[in-house]
Amino acid sequence: MQARKKYVLLGLCACCWLVLFYWGGGVQLRLLRLLTRHRGDVMRPWPNWTDRAFLPRYAHLDELQTDPGMAESPRQRRQAWSAIYKDSRCRMETCFDFSRCRRRGREGFRVYIYPSEKNDRVSESYRKILASIAESRYYTSDPREACLFVLGIDTLDRDQLSGQFVPNVDERIRGYPLWNDGRNHLIFNLYSGTWPNYTEDLGFNIGQAILAKASLNTEHFRPGFDVSIPLFSKDHPQKGGERGWLVRNTVPPRRKYLLMFKGKRYLTGIGSDTRNALHHIHNGKDIVSLTTCRHGKDWEKHKDARCDHDNLEYERIHKKWWKGSLNSYFCVYVCVQAACIPVLLSNGWELPFSDVIQWNQAVIEGDERLLLQVPSTVRAVGNERVLALRQRTQMLWEAYFSSVDKIVLTTLEIIKDRVFSHISRNKYMWNYLPGGLLVLPEYSTHLAHFPFYYLGLGVTPGQEFTAVIHAVSPLVSQSQPIMKLLQVVSKSKYCSQIIILWNSEKPPPSRSKWPPMPVPLTVTDGRRKTTSRFLPHVAIETEAVLSLDEDTVLLTSEVNFAFLVWRSFPERIVGYPPRSHFWDPLKRAWGYTSKWTNDYSIVLTGAAFYHRYYHYLFTHYLPQSLRTLVDRTSNCEDILMNFLVSAVTHQPPIKVAQRKQYKELPSPQGTKSVPWANPEHFNQRQECINTFANWFGYMPLVHSQFRLDPVLFKDQVSVLRKKYKDLERA
Amino acid sequence: MYTSGKYSSRGPALIPRMKTKHRIYYITLFSVVLLGLIATGMFQFWPHSIESTADWTLDKRSVHDAPLIRLPVSSPIPERGDLSCRMHTCFDVYRCGYNPKNRIKVYIYPLQRFVDELGVPISSTGLSREYNDLLSAISDSDFYTDDVTRACLFIPSIDVLNQNSLRIRETAQALAMLPRWDKGMNHLLFNMLPGGPPDYNTALDVPRDRALLAGGGFSTWTYRQGYDVSIPVYSPLSADVDLPERQPGPRRYFILSSQTAIHREYRAELERLKEENGEALLLLDKCSNLSQGAASARKRCYKGQVYDYPQILQARWFWEAYFSSMKAIGLTTLQIINDRIYPYAARTYEQWNNPPVVKWSSVNSPLFLPLIPPRAPGFTAVVLTYDRVESLFRVITEISKVPSLAKLLVVWNNQNKSPPEETLWPKISVPLKVVRTKENKLSNRFFPYDEIETEAVLAIDDDIIMLTSDELQFGYEVWREFPDRLVGYPGRLHLWDHEMGKWKYESEWTNEVSMVLTGAAFYHKYFNYLYTYKMPGDIKNWVDAHMNCEDIAMNFLVANITGKAPIKVTPRKKFKCPECTAIDGLSLDQTHMVERSECINKFASVFGTMPLKVVEHRADPVLYKDDFPEKLKSFPNIGSL
Repeated sequence: MQARKKYVLLGLCACCWLVLFYWGGGVQLRLLRLLTRHRGDVMRPWPNWTDRAFLPRYAHLDELQTDPGMAESPRQRRQAWSAIYKDSRCRMETCFDFSRCRRRGREGFRVYIYPSEKNDRVSESYRKILASIAESRYYTSDPREACLFVLGIDTLDRDQLSGQFVPNVDERIRGYPLWNDGRNHLIFNLYSGTWPNYTEDLGFNIGQAILAKASLNTEHFRPGFDVSIPLFSKDHPQKGGERGWLVRNTVPPRRKYLLMFKGKRYLTGIGSDTRNALHHIHNGKDIVSLTTCRHGKDWEKHKDARCDHDNLEYERIHKKWWKGSLNSYFCVYVCVQAACIPVLLSNGWELPFSDVIQWNQAVIEGDERLLLQVPSTVRAVGNERVLALRQRTQMLWEAYFSSVDKIVLTTLEIIKDRVFSHISRNKYMWNYLPGGLLVLPEYSTHLAHFPFYYLGLGVTPGQEFTAVIHAVSPLVSQSQPIMKLLQVVSKSKYCSQIIILWNSEKPPPSRSKWPPMPVPLTVTDGRRKTTSRFLPHVAIETEAVLSLDEDTVLLTSEVNFAFLVWRSFPERIVGYPPRSHFWDPLKRAWGYTSKWTNDYSIVLTGAAFYHRYYHYLFTHYLPQSLRTLVDRTSNCEDILMNFLVSAVTHQPPIKVAQRKQYKELPSPQGTKSVPWANPEHFNQRQECINTFANWFGYMPLVHSQFRLDPVLFKDQVSVLRKKYKDLERA
Repeated sequence: MYTSGKYSSRGPALIPRMKTKHRIYYITLFSVVLLGLIATGMFQFWPHSIESTADWTLDKRSVHDAPLIRLPVSSPIPERGDLSCRMHTCFDVYRCGYNPKNRIKVYIYPLQRFVDELGVPISSTGLSREYNDLLSAISDSDFYTDDVTRACLFIPSIDVLNQNSLRIRETAQALAMLPRWDKGMNHLLFNMLPGGPPDYNTALDVPRDRALLAGGGFSTWTYRQGYDVSIPVYSPLSADVDLPERQPGPRRYFILSSQTAIHREYRAELERLKEENGEALLLLDKCSNLSQGAASARKRCYKGQVYDYPQILQARWFWEAYFSSMKAIGLTTLQIINDRIYPYAARTYEQWNNPPVVKWSSVNSPLFLPLIPPRAPGFTAVVLTYDRVESLFRVITEISKVPSLAKLLVVWNNQNKSPPEETLWPKISVPLKVVRTKENKLSNRFFPYDEIETEAVLAIDDDIIMLTSDELQFGYEVWREFPDRLVGYPGRLHLWDHEMGKWKYESEWTNEVSMVLTGAAFYHKYFNYLYTYKMPGDIKNWVDAHMNCEDIAMNFLVANITGKAPIKVTPRKKFKCPECTAIDGLSLDQTHMVERSECINKFASVFGTMPLKVVEHRADPVLYKDDFPEKLKSFPNIGSL
């Protein structure tokens, strides 16, 4: 009995021991986890496998290096692809004939417009699109040299219920000998299908044509092939266009309404869910959702309890904020112009010019499905970001959306960049001021070659300049002003070379006639064209150009000072004699004045520094018609250059100090009549200014009220202190 | 005895009363057992918690310890994968949700070894070293979560990097067996070789429902825009590559072709180009005379000449940032997906593409849009004052004559004294507000008070009475043309002292300017925000503690963020008013000047660079000192020095 008890007890203890031992591991593990989780860093979720060093490689070297013999011929493959990847699967390499664009090298990008037929109804919007192309530098009237074809048939509105709908498009385009299943054709479209299920159906087969369409759906968008364009109304200006509405950068960015939705609340059909849900984030204070149920003809059939109240509210605030009826896509552009920040909840919408524009730097994108999170997302956006977003929307508006010209040209440039992808703009060029249209990649694809990117890249402008002297009178005496000018300019330590542009009727004198100089001198034939002074001569090797008339009177220190000022403002024109423009309300036209005024908007290019890129822009960006006008009148080239630079920078030129009034003295020779004393010359300039403003579509010139002087200019301090004392001598 | 008492109290029921001898025996036995138990417990717990816990259990595992999963033949197969998938159609964004950090949470499935019914593995390699590196990198990153319910993205541990090593059908079945597979929603697969020679595919063949694919070798037809991620194909050799720094000067080769397996059609064209262009073109191919293996893969040859590969290539930054390791590839992929899910917090083109050198030297002005603000809103004058009431009232009276003044804000920096009664203040035509500060700090001058409703701020000291109305109005007009700069009157300069080897403050009247005094200066209100909330380092406290250099700090701040010099207007060179004594004016003290040199050196070291820009110009009215009737000039009364 005693022994049994003893054994029972012993057995119990042994059991306890075993149980504890057995469970111990588990307890320990749990305890360990508890400890390690507490410390936080020790536990590795993906184990450090003990045998990780022995794991096999994912591929053998010979799998990565293939044998060329086995592969299919690239030429055959390309052919095979063209046969397979057609229509909805088009890409540039399978559906676009590049050879058409390369017939004339870099000049090869030419656009042909089919003549429209007599009975064709062409809408106002399409007429504007065609006008933009016809006026662009890419237009050709010869289909043989064209790289891209645009239909004369209006395809903008493909809503069968619309009055603008053109029937039988299919049959007609099949009849075109150049149609070629749509290859190299560009088709513009703004509306397709109709409510409630806006489809992408255009009502005709576009084949392999590129579609430039507004409100494109990502599902049907052929990436790298189609172009998503903004929706615009028939009242959208052809040229120029209104500037954005942001005039001040208030801090903190003042907003009465944080979020606003304005639009039709579709009761059925696509988008109805999201629009109904908008109701839930409306709080009446800083988040406002304005909706109306009025849409189409039978809205009353579907109307719900909220409609009547909503309609009233909509009418009330809508009148205050917006005029006219706007499509919700269009709403975004109004918003972009008005410098509010669009919050886009547009699942599946391919944003306009999405190939090139970084929309996330200008709008707040969200997912429709996360609508209820939008308020917190928007509230979390900091002031700095709001400031940047607002400015970016303005930049995009002004660069790409404000006129039909810009929309159409952007479309063409995007396609051109694809065709000549080795000389195309990068995203930086598209998204930073002054925008892609003013950056010509044929000039350079290197950012540092353009004056407006210096700051963004952290580079400083070069230390030297090239003087380009425009010579029109023959060389008869060694005391001519040009001789003096050559000496003055060549003495500047910043001058690296001088180019004389010989535009006289007499042939240029022999090299020995020119004085010996410390810098290289080149004489170029200008063929007696006034615009030749702004040709992008290859001889110009420096970033800075000093443009001079042959009779300019300057001092070396004046040149030096102006050059240093230019280095602070490399994107502007820096010159001496100012002129001004004004609006003449009586004549309802722009006026030009050379009188002394308290402000100026032009500096004469008879003596001015600017970046050599403007030579390229002047020659290749401006239309032939304006350059012809300048050549025909031998006048206004300086005004045109000022227009161009101000259009790029949105800034006035800069006038620097000068010793005495330029060209106010009688010409030393006194024989030839000075052209600027001629009233005819003056009237021409008046006309020029209006012609130019007309082409630009707005007045790019901007007034300035200051001039830049040396820091001690005309101060009552010792002359010995002054670096530019020469400037003060009368 | 206590024990026995306990026993005795319980005793009768369980153990009958025992003899003392037995009792002692039992007590001894029990104590031994108890001690043994305690000792065992100690032994079990202690030693292990002293050992490195990281090596314990979880990490002391081999991949062969992973659980074995047997796939039934009839196990479901996912659908092939939908080419029309986009984020808004095939991705469940609700799993990601709003998140203050705007960062997705990524879950990695634990490793399992899948075999078919016969026990044959679904993959010939199993987990590869590269995939393990990738998953380790992700699990170490901020994206990782081990909480499967909070995850937004799921990464299977099934290695599909190389399709050649996979059994397609079985791999697909294995994917479908994952507990959270749910039609592949929010699952990310990494694949680098979507098939091998002779017929390469452009995307992984494994049926994968809606799973996202980070794939190598996509074509534009198989790549789903904005959904898939196109990734580079990693070379196992690149782990040991050490790229040399690029030699300065022009590159030796204009075009370099280093791909070995080029089709003969391409090679023929390259040869033709080589003939036309000569030395500028280098055509490399496999070295025929070297034995096969890793060493030969790192060489390229041209006509018997051997080149190191990839050292001969010279595109360094992109490769290092995004291609050089499985970690770089994996985290870049996750960041791209992250940018899609939180587009409003996405990285910019510059952040992705600018090499560090450019990032450091470039500036992006916060006020980049070239706007000339309208004149009408005017400016707000902010007068910082302590107790010089008489002088303050004179300043107020003078400034109130400036046409574009919109509002006057007096910052009363004296806590011991109340500002004068309202009736005593000068009567002016614009609103006048007084704000009282909590502490006498210089930085109060640059606080972004809500009372400042205009963009333009004129900071002005309470003793600046010499500036004429024309001078101030002209300053405002110049500011409108340079809204992103400091526009001020007396200019100052910083110089490099070669003897001392440091920066020096210069108040002499020189030909150059790099700063303007903020005793009277126009600037954008935004810079008040920056000064108050974004001033780097301890500059702000330093200024408040020393009661000096707030103007230098402001000049540094603006120049640093805009990359532009300030604008000095008019000839004005000093602020010394006739009636102020030398002791009174702060800036006149000699030690004060020494301190300002120190400020420049301190600020330059905090900013890590010298942001100030030196210019030789100042702005004057267009007709300043021109021979022209004074009454026709807009700003005839521009003061003197």
